[in-house]
Amino acid sequence: MYSYTDFDKSFLASRNAQFRTQVERRIAGHLTEDEFKPLRLMNGVYLQLHAYMLRVAIPYGTLNSSQMKMLAHLADKYDKGYGHFTTRQNIQYNWPELRDIPDMLDDLGTVEMHATQTSGNTIRNVTADHFAGASADEIADPRPVAELIRQWSTDHPEFQFLPRKFKVAVTGSESDRAVTRAHDIGLRMVERDGVAGFEVIVGGGLGRTPMLGKVIADFLPREDLLPYLEAIVSVYNLLGRRDNKYKARIKITVHENGLEKIRDLVNERFVEIKARFSGIDQEVFKTIQAQFAPPSFKEGDTAIFEKSRASDPVFRAWSDTNLHAHRADGYDIVTVSIKKHGATPGDVTADQMRVLADIAARFGHDELRISHEQNVILPHVHKSDLPEVHCILKANGLGTANIGLISDIIACPGMDYCALATARSIPIAQQIATRFDELKLEHEVGDLKIKISGCINACGHHHVAHIGILGLDRAGVESYQITLGGDHTETAAIGERAGPGFSSDDIIPAIERLIAAYLALRKAQDETFIETYRRLGLTPFKAALYPESAEQSHAA
Amino acid sequence: MPRSFTPKVITANALLKGDVVYLTNADTWTRNLSDAVLLTDEADADLRLLQATAQTDVVVGAYLVDMQSGPSGPEPLYFREAFRRKGPSNYAHGKQEQF
Repeated sequence: MYSYTDFDKSFLASRNAQFRTQVERRIAGHLTEDEFKPLRLMNGVYLQLHAYMLRVAIPYGTLNSSQMKMLAHLADKYDKGYGHFTTRQNIQYNWPELRDIPDMLDDLGTVEMHATQTSGNTIRNVTADHFAGASADEIADPRPVAELIRQWSTDHPEFQFLPRKFKVAVTGSESDRAVTRAHDIGLRMVERDGVAGFEVIVGGGLGRTPMLGKVIADFLPREDLLPYLEAIVSVYNLLGRRDNKYKARIKITVHENGLEKIRDLVNERFVEIKARFSGIDQEVFKTIQAQFAPPSFKEGDTAIFEKSRASDPVFRAWSDTNLHAHRADGYDIVTVSIKKHGATPGDVTADQMRVLADIAARFGHDELRISHEQNVILPHVHKSDLPEVHCILKANGLGTANIGLISDIIACPGMDYCALATARSIPIAQQIATRFDELKLEHEVGDLKIKISGCINACGHHHVAHIGILGLDRAGVESYQITLGGDHTETAAIGERAGPGFSSDDIIPAIERLIAAYLALRKAQDETFIETYRRLGLTPFKAALYPESAEQSHAA
Repeated sequence: MPRSFTPKVITANALLKGDVVYLTNADTWTRNLSDAVLLTDEADADLRLLQATAQTDVVVGAYLVDMQSGPSGPEPLYFREAFRRKGPSNYAHGKQEQF
């Protein structure tokens, strides 16, 4: 993992000290709210429905055990004993008081963490594949690249007042677990003739105008990355619209100007910028890369893993769903489900955070990851340790065996917390998970992604869900609209709207009808929901969702 | 005939704690909606909002919101304000802990 240099430490300390005086001036009445708001947002502080909210960056989702323990400490000392992991690999605290936030930031600084640029019209926390550095299908570890981008973008003087927020994601694997096609810039690490480079995708995004990113450069040599990114963002900074907030993201800039024009402008700008980088970025990159060397993997007998699978059906079920192939022999990647049936997706108590930190320290080479799917990853666990790890997880409410299944739902905070929301998300997720657990159907249903957003801004990624749910306010009543057929992976697709919305009472039965239709329609047990949907299209699913109108059209 | 005016309450978030507050008849702030003043005259509501907004050292983001008169004071007409009055639905946090 990356360790802060003296420069990083003093930069963060002075930034935190600056914010502390800004808070003091606001409280003393020397700053108005209009003056203070952009300053607090730059430091991750929102004012939500019931309280302030602090969004802490977890750069590229990577944490060590002492950092996780610090997150637990913040939850206990300044919040209500828990934190919420988000779809951008961050953590949010829902109940801090304004006076305490500078202390929270100082506490975070002691473990080399911050909340800088987790909001505002800047380059936000860079996200990456949550299996980075561990997955068997990886070409290269994307985290050194993400760290380089974090350093370059933090307090970048040209990019503090962009037309709108700007999100970058990096993957080093063929399987896209970082949703690169739905980011302002998506980077896919690729190789051509043995040379490492990037496929650069630009102009993706969800929100009210969902768009998949377009390839602006199919092969960018690795050493050109920062000047090329700087060229893209500076072209956007000048060309992006500032007259209308809803048309200000780079996806609209690309859409309105056309990819060719943007590419030409970026290439022109790149030529101007490139020489200025003088290779210093590559020297920095080398020192970063050295700090992401793989841990020294142990060798050992894995017989106990097989033995436990044979003797313990609960362990077997968990290891069937929550493990992923590791690049090292004898190792697995563990996804710890933060989606216990009926619980709030992404919420972890301080005690659970400490348990996860201890497991990482004892069994996981001191590494943890947060996924955009709001789960926690132990990226390096030897198979011989898995039975004990599972036992500890299970004892602490973290043993749910549901990764990739119907109850592994992404849900934004929605109107239970968020000032922008138009409907609640969390209770819908809780009810779907509880219902399918009661029906004992989720393993039968198999691979399925449900994602729920409580407003059109789509923090819950509903557009790229197999079943997306969007909560809206229809004349003062919560209404839930379903989209079908979205895909967040390397075969990314935006889902199709199924029809009119459902009330909060009707949405769960509607999902049940949809699942019943899938089970009846699938060709074989191993045909997944999305495969069935792609084969048959919207029509039969629409008929299941709206049986009355289907009957009417049949009669007519 | 003057056009009908839906009664309103002035609400905001407290500067220090960030929680939901309502304007009382004495131009102070309460955390309990029952103690809020229900404004039935549009001109009065607009004036009171201006005065409330000026209290920048106490509250943030004051606005007028539609309410109806109930047995124990003003009651929200829409679900967003009902959640602001009560707190989130996934935990018994927020105002539901106090009232």
